[in-house]
Amino acid sequence: MGSSIAVAVVNGVSKPLPSDPRRTLLEWLREDLGLTGTKKGCDHGQCGACTVLVDGRRINSCLSLAQLHESEQIETIEGIGAADDLSALQRAFVTHDGFQCGYCTPGQICSAKAMMQELAEGWASAETDDLTKRPTPTPEELRERMSGNLCRCGAYSNIIAALEEVIALDPIRQGASA
Amino acid sequence: MKAFVLDHATSAESAIHSLQHGGVAIAGGTNLVDLMKLQVTAPGRVISIRRTELAEIAPDGDGLRIGALVTNADCAADMRVRENWPLLAKAILAGASPQLRNRATTGGNLCQRTRCGYFYDTTQACNKRDPGSGCAARNGFNRIHAVLGTSDSCIATYPGDMAVAMLALDAVVLIQGPPGAREIPIAAFHRMPGDDPSRDNVLEAGELITAVRLPSPTGGVQLYRKVRDRASYAFALVSLAVDLTMEQGRIARCALGFGSLGTVPWRDPAVEQVLIGETPSPALFAKAAEVLLIDAQGFGENDFKIPLVARALAATLNEATRIGRA
Repeated sequence: MGSSIAVAVVNGVSKPLPSDPRRTLLEWLREDLGLTGTKKGCDHGQCGACTVLVDGRRINSCLSLAQLHESEQIETIEGIGAADDLSALQRAFVTHDGFQCGYCTPGQICSAKAMMQELAEGWASAETDDLTKRPTPTPEELRERMSGNLCRCGAYSNIIAALEEVIALDPIRQGASA
Repeated sequence: MKAFVLDHATSAESAIHSLQHGGVAIAGGTNLVDLMKLQVTAPGRVISIRRTELAEIAPDGDGLRIGALVTNADCAADMRVRENWPLLAKAILAGASPQLRNRATTGGNLCQRTRCGYFYDTTQACNKRDPGSGCAARNGFNRIHAVLGTSDSCIATYPGDMAVAMLALDAVVLIQGPPGAREIPIAAFHRMPGDDPSRDNVLEAGELITAVRLPSPTGGVQLYRKVRDRASYAFALVSLAVDLTMEQGRIARCALGFGSLGTVPWRDPAVEQVLIGETPSPALFAKAAEVLLIDAQGFGENDFKIPLVARALAATLNEATRIGRA
C-alpha cells in the first residue's frame, strides 16, 4: 500500500477516505464530505434512504464501511442532478408527484437509476416468470425492483408512474414488450 | 461501534493467514456491520476479503463453482444459474432488496446470523450472543422462531433464503483453513443449537469459506415459495425450495428445503421418501407434511407455522407436480 492515502472517487472527484475504520460510507458522505443529499433513515439496511451507487450498483451506504471503498466510484444524488439541472428521473418525480416529504427521494432516485441499468442488463427479479428471458418492466416488476426503498408518505404509485415515463423514453429498457 | 483494526487481505491465502491471529472476515458487511453497530458482536480485528480472488463463478465439471465473494445479485443474474439452477436464482431474488443483494455475498449469506429480536437486543438473555445467559425468546415474542431443531438453549431460526435452495440442490461448501482445504455438504454446514447455540455452523476459528459448488443440473421442476408478512423485502415466516422430477405421472425424484422453519435450513429425507414413487394427491402431500412435522414444537406465537408449512408444502407440491406432468 506504501504511504499513499487511500481515496475513493465521489461524483467524479477524488476524496481521501476517513482514517477511522468505523466510519460508514453514509457517515463519510454526510458528515465529512457534506453531501447531505444522501439520507440516514433506519441506519440498519431496512429502508433504502441511504442508497448510493458504487461502481454503478446501488447499495445501502449505512451498512458499508467507508474504508472498504478504496478506488471505487461513488455516485450520490448530488452527482445525478442539481436544482437548475435536473436529470430525467428527477423531472419525472416532480411531474408525477413522486414524493411528499422528500426524505426518501434521494434514495429512490439513486435506486431507480441503478434499477434502469439492471433492466437494461436483463436481470431477473422475484416477479420475473421466465428467468431466461429479458424482463418486461410491468408495474409489478417495477414495484418489486424498487421494494428496497420505503416511503412512509406512500408515494409509491406516483413513483411507479414516474419510472414508467422515463422507461418509455428509452427503448433499450422497455425489455421484451418493446 | 467498538474500535477495531481493519486489514485488507489480497488473497484467500493471506486472509486465512490473517484470520489465524484472530478476528473475523468481512465481505459485503450487510449483516456484520449492523451487528457491530448494535454491539451484538465487537471483533477487535476485521479482515476484508473484498480484494481476494474469490469473486468468480466458474464451471466445475458439469456443476458450477460460485466464489465466496460473488454477490447475491451477480449469482442470481448469472445466465448459467438462471438456466440450470433456477431454484437458486429464485431463492436469492426472494430475499432482501436489490441494494442488499448487490452487497451481500455467497459466503457471507451462508454465515448470516439469526434475526431473533433477543439476539439483537443486548439487554436481553440470549445464549447465542452471550452463552449461559438464557433464552428470552422461549417464553417471549417468538412469532418468527423455529418449530424444528430447537433446544432448551435456543429456538432461533437461520433466516436466509439462498441456503435453503442450495440445500435442496445438494450444494457443497468449500472451506480453507490453516490445515488445508475441506468440503462440507451444505446439509452438514449449519449447526443445530444443542447446548452451544453460539456456533451457527461448523467453521472453525481461522477458516474461511472460499466457494460453494453446485452439482450437475437435475433438470427438475424448481420452485421457491416464500410466505411472509409483506410482498417483498421481508424475512420468511416459512419458505420452501422444491426440485422434483415426474415420470409417468409419479414423483420420480424430489428434494425439499425448508427455510425459517427450523433452527437450520431444514431438509428431511424421510419426507422425500414419502413422496418418491407416488402419484401426487392431497392425501400424499398431507402425509409428507405429517412426517415433516412429527417432532415440531411451537412456543406460542409461532404455533401457526406448523399448519402454515403444511399448507405451503401442499400448494407448492401441487404446483410443481402439475408443471412436471405437463
